[in-house]
Amino acid sequence: MTVETPTRFSPLAAWQDDLAQLPTGVQARELPFLTQLTLRVQPGSTAAKAVEAVLDVTLPGPVSAEMSGDVKVLWMGPDEWLLVAPDGRQDDLLAQLRSAVGDEFATVTDVSAQRTTLALSGHLVRTVLAQGCAIDLDPRVTPVGSCLNTLLAQAPVTLVVRGEAASDVWLLVRSSFASYLATWLVDACTEYRGGTG
Amino acid sequence: MTNPFRAGGHGRIDRDTTLSFTFDGTAYTGHPGDTLASALLANGVHHVADSIKYGRPRGVLAAGAEEPNAVVQIEAPFPEPMLTGTTVELYDGLDARGLSGQGRLSSRPDTARYDTLHAHCDLLVVGAGPAGLTATLSAARAGARVILVDELPEPGGSLLGSQELLDGRPATEWVGEVVAELDACADVQVLQRTTAFGHYDDGLVLALEKRTDHLGAAAPAHVSRQRIWRIRARQVVYATGAYERPVAFDDNDRPGIMLAGSARTYLNRFGVLPGRQAVVFTTNDSAYPAALELADAGVRIAAVVEAREEVPAHWRTACDERGIEIRTGHVVTGTSGVEHVSRAHVAPFSRGRLGERQGIDCDLLLVSGGWNPAVALFSQARGTLRYDAGIGAFVPAQAPGSVRTAGSAGGTFTLAGCLADGGDAASRALSALGRTGRTLTLPSTGPLPQGAPGRVLWRVPSPRDGQDGSHQFVDLQRDALVSDVLRATGAGLRSVEHVKRYTTIGTAHDQGRTSGVMTSGIVAEALGVDVADLGTMRLRPPAVPVAFAALAGRNRGELFDPVRVTALHSWHAEHGALFEDVGQWKRPWYYPQPGESMEEAVLRECRAARTGVAMMDGSTLGKINVQGPDAGVLLDRLYTNMMSTLKVGRVRYGVMCGVDGMAIDDGTVIRVAEQEFLLTTTTGNAAKVLEWMEEWLQTEWPDLRVHLTSVTEHWVTIPLVGPRSRDVLALVAPDLDADNDAFPFMSWRDATVAGIPARVCRISFSGELAYEINVPAWDGITVWNALYAAGGPFGITPYGTETMHVLRAEKAYPIIGQDTDGTVTPQDLGMSWVVSKKKPDFIGKRSFSREENQRGDRKQLVGLLPADERVLLPEGAQIIATSSIPQPPVPMLGHVTSSYRSDALQRTFALALVRSGSERIGETLYVPLDGRTVPVTVTDPVLFDKEGSRRDG
Repeated sequence: MTVETPTRFSPLAAWQDDLAQLPTGVQARELPFLTQLTLRVQPGSTAAKAVEAVLDVTLPGPVSAEMSGDVKVLWMGPDEWLLVAPDGRQDDLLAQLRSAVGDEFATVTDVSAQRTTLALSGHLVRTVLAQGCAIDLDPRVTPVGSCLNTLLAQAPVTLVVRGEAASDVWLLVRSSFASYLATWLVDACTEYRGGTG
Repeated sequence: MTNPFRAGGHGRIDRDTTLSFTFDGTAYTGHPGDTLASALLANGVHHVADSIKYGRPRGVLAAGAEEPNAVVQIEAPFPEPMLTGTTVELYDGLDARGLSGQGRLSSRPDTARYDTLHAHCDLLVVGAGPAGLTATLSAARAGARVILVDELPEPGGSLLGSQELLDGRPATEWVGEVVAELDACADVQVLQRTTAFGHYDDGLVLALEKRTDHLGAAAPAHVSRQRIWRIRARQVVYATGAYERPVAFDDNDRPGIMLAGSARTYLNRFGVLPGRQAVVFTTNDSAYPAALELADAGVRIAAVVEAREEVPAHWRTACDERGIEIRTGHVVTGTSGVEHVSRAHVAPFSRGRLGERQGIDCDLLLVSGGWNPAVALFSQARGTLRYDAGIGAFVPAQAPGSVRTAGSAGGTFTLAGCLADGGDAASRALSALGRTGRTLTLPSTGPLPQGAPGRVLWRVPSPRDGQDGSHQFVDLQRDALVSDVLRATGAGLRSVEHVKRYTTIGTAHDQGRTSGVMTSGIVAEALGVDVADLGTMRLRPPAVPVAFAALAGRNRGELFDPVRVTALHSWHAEHGALFEDVGQWKRPWYYPQPGESMEEAVLRECRAARTGVAMMDGSTLGKINVQGPDAGVLLDRLYTNMMSTLKVGRVRYGVMCGVDGMAIDDGTVIRVAEQEFLLTTTTGNAAKVLEWMEEWLQTEWPDLRVHLTSVTEHWVTIPLVGPRSRDVLALVAPDLDADNDAFPFMSWRDATVAGIPARVCRISFSGELAYEINVPAWDGITVWNALYAAGGPFGITPYGTETMHVLRAEKAYPIIGQDTDGTVTPQDLGMSWVVSKKKPDFIGKRSFSREENQRGDRKQLVGLLPADERVLLPEGAQIIATSSIPQPPVPMLGHVTSSYRSDALQRTFALALVRSGSERIGETLYVPLDGRTVPVTVTDPVLFDKEGSRRDG
């Protein structure tokens, strides 16, 4: 049979309209299909240095993310990072990294479809997150570049602070929880609809 | 309509606005700023409810959260039970009635919103009275992040209920200036109508904010009605004030009997005169300002009954100026009245003996037995208490370094002292935070009258015969008497905790704020011990009643528990699937066609899988990527069978056991590359298995060079099942050689399926020829649609978990957690073949040699065929040996673990764990069912295609 060009479906595709209609002060947009690789390597090891050379970044330390480059590096644990790159980079990156690591001990796993990324921005984002997240988002405590694995409501999320005082954040959420999280977010925003919602 | 008991010129109510409300069916009016209780008192209504046990009329004892009596049910706008009338803000249209101890929940759903908010601060101050305000101001000026919570609608605390002056002006003007300054600080948040109710570990304090309750029907629907604040504070100052304590005397429960300080609050905060002619019964100085202010507002003070022999000159002079008689060395021994107090009985009281009684007419009897610091939250924070014999109260003793009290919560009862103490508490908190605060210039309070210590008096001897205290109430809400306390001590109880449970004192909504310390005092007297040694009742969260709705917040309805869905979920929903909850996942259960019952649908789906082709969404299976040079070593230690010998491109089934040798999970393992495996777990166990593996790896074998990565949700997994599955696959994966030799059972291939790079495994959970197609989740729907379209000519049938269960049960593939319960070994499941004899060790190995695990009469998995092939045994049914049920105890041989109707067998069947099951094959056993027994034949568990002839198509 003939096979048409496949159409991919991101976990929040069906939520596009709802997310576009949040109250002023909260803009939400799914960043679908980002390349995501789990990197496990001992920091400071030869393998880590090889990875850093390929990515041209220093692997960020605890609870922080290196967000400046094309391949963003999110600290997930003492020997774990999530590499986030534009759509379609997984095969190429995986091959490059594995080849750079060679016989050293480090592993790279493609987890691109494991999570989706929700970009939130606006002056109300910090308050909306406070409705379900126990992290202190005060800029003195959680500055730009912070990266935390936490709970938002009852969903595990990776939270990356991209703008001062959480005015711009990424939420990486497991695909199966994305719909729950969107439901929660839209409901949380009811508060700011001034009675029209 | 005017309120007959309002005092002109007093109160913080808005007299220009009139609110209408209904109480016990009668219409009244009040004003913004009133509570329900103050509005009732302004209308001369004291009788709020009858008591729960004795049906005695009860009124308003207090003006705040300590109120034990005035419990009401709100009927409109939305029914809500068990609220204290003293804390319900009045609004237009309020319809309430008094409650005798028990309320009624609404039978209709509450449409109001409730929410949660997390907050963080350097310093949390609880209470916006004088101490709380200076503490907050001091910390704010030092640049700290401060949150101030206060239960009242406006700040000021006790200052709202007094006529105190600060810097020669009404104290509320100073309050206004402080709050204005706080409001201008970016790092300070002041929350009114917010009650801290629980202090938990690591400085977590929960507070309930009532946001729109006071708006009644006008509350906007989009704003949460109540909100739980989850405040994480580095330092906490409890400036929670103190509660006045009554004294027990005969008939001390009549409406019109009120705490003296509360009467003062009603006058000054609400502009209410709680009566016309008052008797004031006191053991300490604090009742004098109440007496004087009420006298100046027009209440006739018939007498001050003073338990002490001496009264400070200042107060005596002030009373003399107003013609108020003070009877020193006197007590109130009892009262008269029907619906309301009409007379106080007064007698001299010296050396424990009462003198001659005299009646004094009154419609208001004010009582002050001293003040108890409000230490509930401090105590919850693991602050210890000590008894201060001078004030007859428990005060803070030692506290964790992050918690302190300020003001009267710490036993400081003068205004000047409270103001200073607040600043000091803030300074100490700031030092603990490594900051320095500047000294506040405190407002001047004017000269302090020379005071005298109070007298500690728990109860007045009863003038009645017997002295048993059977007319002296301790806990008014619970109708518990002094005689109940004495009965408890008489029964041998020595601890106030035991007395509390024996008498129920302190267990009502008010947590014994007016009765707890009094109980300690009475118990101590009865036992002849020191109150200090006896202690007081433990104070636990929540400190005030909190509605479950508020605690639930928005975690209700569709947000109650996260609903996890696969990438194919909307297809299932659009095609009529009914869903089964598996953990948090929604999995398609079955897909009924119009008019079809569940039984019919499942039989149809089973038939398709066995005779044609069928497909299901298996994406929820847990998937763990295992990578590294020692991956094979790790898996050999975790699984009972050998994994390191698996060849790249091949698949093996494996079982994991606990250290006790009991099966904990099973699944398939594929070798992706020399140093990379991918294993699957059961849906519900995915997280548990990963944690299990990580625990061993991190704590026992950190030397192994292996990394584990959950990839469950990266993949959509589609089992394509049935004799025609190869035909369908050929259409969507034309480049894949799916011939048995090229692609044998228990192997996997990379292939392009519907244009998508996929990993296809030849594994089968049904015994049929089957392929499991794995693609990145966002491509799942493309592949699913392509399979569905390609399979159309073959009658491809989507099936759900129920059919999956039937198909696997026909083949005796166990479901861990359904056919096992943590006491079942692989051998019990008839799978000795999965337990390696060669491996030197693996988790569970040593336990298999235990005598208990070697016994022949262990429960083993068998098949059961009911003699009547239409009878469907209930899962969980017990199995016995005889056709009639013998006398108990009935020897139970085992139970049914799985039971279905089979299309392939054209009959019902079951799996069961049966004692000595494998030896019983061929025997007839019995299942008690609906008062009879059903005969069943024990069979080999594999009931369909024993030879395995179908797996290659």
